[in-house]
Amino acid sequence: MRGLTWDRVTSILLIAPSVIAILVFVYGFIGWTGWVSLARWDGMLQDLTLVGLRNYQKLFDAERFQIDLHNTVTFTLLFLASSLVIGFLLAVLLDQRIRSEGLFRSVYLFPMALSFIVTGVVWRWLLNPGSRELGSVGVNLLFDKAGLGLLKSGWYTDPSIGIKAVAIAATWQMSGYVMAMYLAGMRGIPEDLREAARVDGASELEIYRHIIAPLLQPITLSAVIILGHISLKIFDLVSAMTGPGLGFCTDVPAYFMFDTTFRGNHFSQGASIAIILLLSVAALIIPYLVYTARTEVQR
Amino acid sequence: MKGFRFYGFVVALVVLGMIAAACGPTPPPAAPKGKLEIFSWWTAGGEAEGLNALYDVYKKKYPGVEIINATVAGGAGAQAKAVLTTRMLGGDPPDSFQVHAGHELIDTWVVTGKMEPLTSLYKSEGWDKAFPKGVLDIVSYKGDYWSVPVNIHRSNVLWYSKKVFADNKLEPPKTFDEFFKVADALKAKGIVPLVMGTKDGWEAGHVFEDVLAGTLGAEAYNGLWTGKTAWTDPKVTEALNNFKKMLAYINTDHSALTWDGAGQYLIDGKGGMMIMGDWTNGWFMSKNFTGYGWAPTPGASGIFVALSDSFGLPKGAKNRDNVIAWLKVLGSKEGQDAFNPKKGSIPARIDPDKNLYNDYLKSAMADWAKDAIVPSPIHGAAASEGWATAYKDAIAVFVAKQDVAATQKALQQACVDAKVCK
Repeated sequence: MRGLTWDRVTSILLIAPSVIAILVFVYGFIGWTGWVSLARWDGMLQDLTLVGLRNYQKLFDAERFQIDLHNTVTFTLLFLASSLVIGFLLAVLLDQRIRSEGLFRSVYLFPMALSFIVTGVVWRWLLNPGSRELGSVGVNLLFDKAGLGLLKSGWYTDPSIGIKAVAIAATWQMSGYVMAMYLAGMRGIPEDLREAARVDGASELEIYRHIIAPLLQPITLSAVIILGHISLKIFDLVSAMTGPGLGFCTDVPAYFMFDTTFRGNHFSQGASIAIILLLSVAALIIPYLVYTARTEVQR
Repeated sequence: MKGFRFYGFVVALVVLGMIAAACGPTPPPAAPKGKLEIFSWWTAGGEAEGLNALYDVYKKKYPGVEIINATVAGGAGAQAKAVLTTRMLGGDPPDSFQVHAGHELIDTWVVTGKMEPLTSLYKSEGWDKAFPKGVLDIVSYKGDYWSVPVNIHRSNVLWYSKKVFADNKLEPPKTFDEFFKVADALKAKGIVPLVMGTKDGWEAGHVFEDVLAGTLGAEAYNGLWTGKTAWTDPKVTEALNNFKKMLAYINTDHSALTWDGAGQYLIDGKGGMMIMGDWTNGWFMSKNFTGYGWAPTPGASGIFVALSDSFGLPKGAKNRDNVIAWLKVLGSKEGQDAFNPKKGSIPARIDPDKNLYNDYLKSAMADWAKDAIVPSPIHGAAASEGWATAYKDAIAVFVAKQDVAATQKALQQACVDAKVCK
């Protein structure tokens, strides 16, 4: 009975409420959603008769959902790539020991302090296409004034751009955050390494390419995980900025889920979308968790 | 010990109070007290003023009741419905909530057993004679009445800029042929012939329901929603083709605008026409814009595509007596005449005081009395919410791809999924 000391009892008691709450409110509800997604609940009356995977089958047949999946992939790739590249470049610039670095750091980080709703409203206006009759606004107006009328575009109202315009807004908001992560990583790299490289005749560019970038790999991985799960679940930005868009060109699964569940009362279909979102986020995060668990054991 | 004694005192008081309440003579059913929670999506401009006018009437009659104004903003109730669904399913219904009369009321709430019938209230207040038959029909199910309609809105109104039409010597079009002629004339002048905002997803479906009514006529249009007219009918193809042709005349930035954003074109004299429900009238007034005229949408003279806001009594309402009093105010002539001139809609009752209403509403009342009344799907009157959502999505895709055959198939499938067509 060595294990059952007073310390142990209190620690179990202290942790029990949150464990129970998580079991019920996270895992319990995930299980419930999974159940509903396999049932025939389609309307205000709860109907939990199991129908197998029929909801999923219908979902993947639906044109709107196919567009949504396509949009999510486009959005995720664009948003990740541009945030990482811009974030890294900003970090490199700030790493040059410039004057009033703190000021620039804050400026680039500020967008992250906004909620996606605010970002959405601002960018809805900035990327508003305007029209020939009422004149341009936002970015298109800027192009007009700068004599770059050729660059004007329909932005999110043009189905061939659609979700990519939303990715611009998301990048604006999150690249500062990536910069902060990279900058922290760069500051963690000892100056001796750079010195040694310089002594061996490496140029600054080569130092970043061969010394800094490889050492920042774990940070890139974390950034990918954090941005990736934001992008898979994105709802608020789309909702505030564009809505489902022309022919669903800016629609995402989370928006479809809201629409079908609460406007169409198709609860089972909504639950299937929720489960698919969960699985896609899990596919991103579980390998990461396994990887960190392994590296920690190695240490 | 002091604290303990204090609590003992409180407990004793509460117990005494309970005994007194139980044994004392029952007080007469005098002034109602307590609270009354009213759920709606009326938050802006005239809507909110109308709702407040109703509250004023209620407060004058029942000063003891505290009204809780539970509103959720968002056009056509899109956001509010999500909150309402959550509350109803969670067993926390508001005392009374706004719901479109028709299938939204019946299919979503009545068939599923979430509402109390109001038939005895209809009898005692004489409402079965005060409302026209068309209205009574859409709030009935299995011989009972289920909600109290406060107003009627018209969906199929063509708004036009008087100045633009006068400058170009144009008349509001009555048929689709005339519409396209007018549209060509406006386009040649660099004016947007038909303005539309489609950002929120439902607006195109709204315009298309009016195109359907204008192309099919009242009877065949009604049949679409009852299963008598097939969605595969060549007339539906014609309606889609008409709509497709109209889409060639709309503003390029429509998917960035809501309907009111699009209305700005008319106010600025840069747009000629707009098809939207008659809440547009109130919006124009709130913008101090007076240079607008109205006409029925093309092909739909003599047809009144209607929707109606109503309130009901959900089962498990916490303040049932106060709700009954609220419903009595809503159904009364006094209540309807207080609400509707501000909201910019016509009363559901047949006996309003016409002097209280503006020119547009007077003309709508005249049409309401003589036109064929048909229900709107996008505003919950003609179809269940599941069907209306599928219809809305099919039309949203049509605006982008303009594929007539595929859209007709999707519309047919939506009807089958709603278990109305086979």
